[in-house]
Amino acid sequence: MSADAFAATPVADRQRGVAASLRRIRALTRRHAYLLLRSWPRIVSMAYYPTVTMVLWAFLTLYLKPTNRFLADAPGFFIGAVLLWDVLFRGQLGVSLTFTEEMYSRNLGNLFVSPLRLYELIAGQLAMSLMRTLIGVGGACAFAFLLFHYSIFSMGLPLVAFFACLLAFGWAVGLAVSAMILRYGLGAEELAWAAIFLVAPVSGVYYPIAVLPAALRAVSYALPTAHVFEGMRALLLEGTFRYDLFRNAVLLDIAYVALGAALFAAAVHSARKRGTLLQMGE
Amino acid sequence: MTGVAIAVRNLRKRFASVEAVRGVTFDVREGTTTALLGGNGAGKTTTLSMLLGVLLPTSGAITVLGCDMLRARHRVLPRMNFTSPYVDLPKRLTVRENLRVFADLYGVERSSMRIGELTAELDLAELLQRPYGELSAGQRTRVSLAKALLNRPAVLLLDEPTASLDPDIGDRMRSHLENYQRTSGCTMLLASHNMSEVERMCDDVIMLRAGTVVDHGSPARLIERYGRDTMEEVFLDIARGVDDRLDVTVDATT
Repeated sequence: MSADAFAATPVADRQRGVAASLRRIRALTRRHAYLLLRSWPRIVSMAYYPTVTMVLWAFLTLYLKPTNRFLADAPGFFIGAVLLWDVLFRGQLGVSLTFTEEMYSRNLGNLFVSPLRLYELIAGQLAMSLMRTLIGVGGACAFAFLLFHYSIFSMGLPLVAFFACLLAFGWAVGLAVSAMILRYGLGAEELAWAAIFLVAPVSGVYYPIAVLPAALRAVSYALPTAHVFEGMRALLLEGTFRYDLFRNAVLLDIAYVALGAALFAAAVHSARKRGTLLQMGE
Repeated sequence: MTGVAIAVRNLRKRFASVEAVRGVTFDVREGTTTALLGGNGAGKTTTLSMLLGVLLPTSGAITVLGCDMLRARHRVLPRMNFTSPYVDLPKRLTVRENLRVFADLYGVERSSMRIGELTAELDLAELLQRPYGELSAGQRTRVSLAKALLNRPAVLLLDEPTASLDPDIGDRMRSHLENYQRTSGCTMLLASHNMSEVERMCDDVIMLRAGTVVDHGSPARLIERYGRDTMEEVFLDIARGVDDRLDVTVDATT
């Protein structure tokens, strides 16, 4: 059978095009959703850490507010910051843990011999990351409202911009971490939990970038997170949405997501050269 | 004369200083079952991995159903499938969930109906609601075979398909594979250490040793050529290198 004749067969046709691609992404998402949604401990654990952190910062705010003019002006500042930080953290974890799950299951071989394409695998990971982030941060947001009458939605439409920018950077780091895990095995899994904290000090989550030494400020402005949190401060303290910061964050996100995807693709290519895709697992 | 479903030409794979596959060349005829035999380290799994596209060859060419696997494997992967006891399905998903996910990955139309058919054929009804990780080795092999047949593959690669099965279940698996091949015209390439399975199922045998094809032919011809009674004895002759003819590389094209 020639390649052209083969390509004309109905089965091959069904496997091509956007609809087929979406179907495979849905399959991958369904595979992880089955796992996630049937396990209440998993769901609780996703919201647990953001909620506990939020409660800590909320009580600190209550303690400091009477004597601090800054917090009197913007009482939701720390709570908003911690919730947005967790968008980044959950976004990254969502990508890395979804990939790690495939390795623990020794399922990579089955995925890579299926018609699933690399960009569909990545898209499935990103979709799961979004789901995990919404569950995790959504739970903490609900508790912030119930316990402290703080609604993150009071930020209005800019919240969507902040959320999207942080989620995208989380994806970029998550893809890079997945690449490391694929390259160095499950021993590198700790990176999934620790990697994002490397950027925390220079992201200006709880303080302005201006307090950093000049050299670190340059590093900060090379990260979309610094622009997002500066933007958040401008919104909460001055009531203005800084489009310039938003634009910078978007442009940097595009670059970082492209870099993360390229690293992941390179790691897959390397694994195909080394023959580890069928062997990887616990 | 049937066409060629799988064509492998001068395939090589080097891992650092070790050349695992050294210029392998063979054809697998359409609609036949071919065994890839050899001792441990002969290059069977490495060759199968390259055929599936999960391992990149150092050099050489692989064509499956007319498609270049190195350049356009995603065109042919929907028509292929694979099973191995050494590759698991997600353990915490039930059997039904696993089959549903892979049916979608392979673009299977009316997937519920197809899963129902395979459930009946492979006697999986009692397993459908159970997590894959809780199944016995034999049950897992049956489920993996169901996954491999979901898309009614035109080319099926099997790595030790009946390993860890008791003789009864193993026999049923072989019957099922034979029946599937007869009714679908599927091309099967299997790596196996079970020589009675090879004698029963295979039209052709490709013998590998130290990463090269050292002989090929039908089981009957090989048995006759080596003056033996069974494929088990032929296998031992070849694996132990008792025949000088085995020092040359054989071109196993049709």
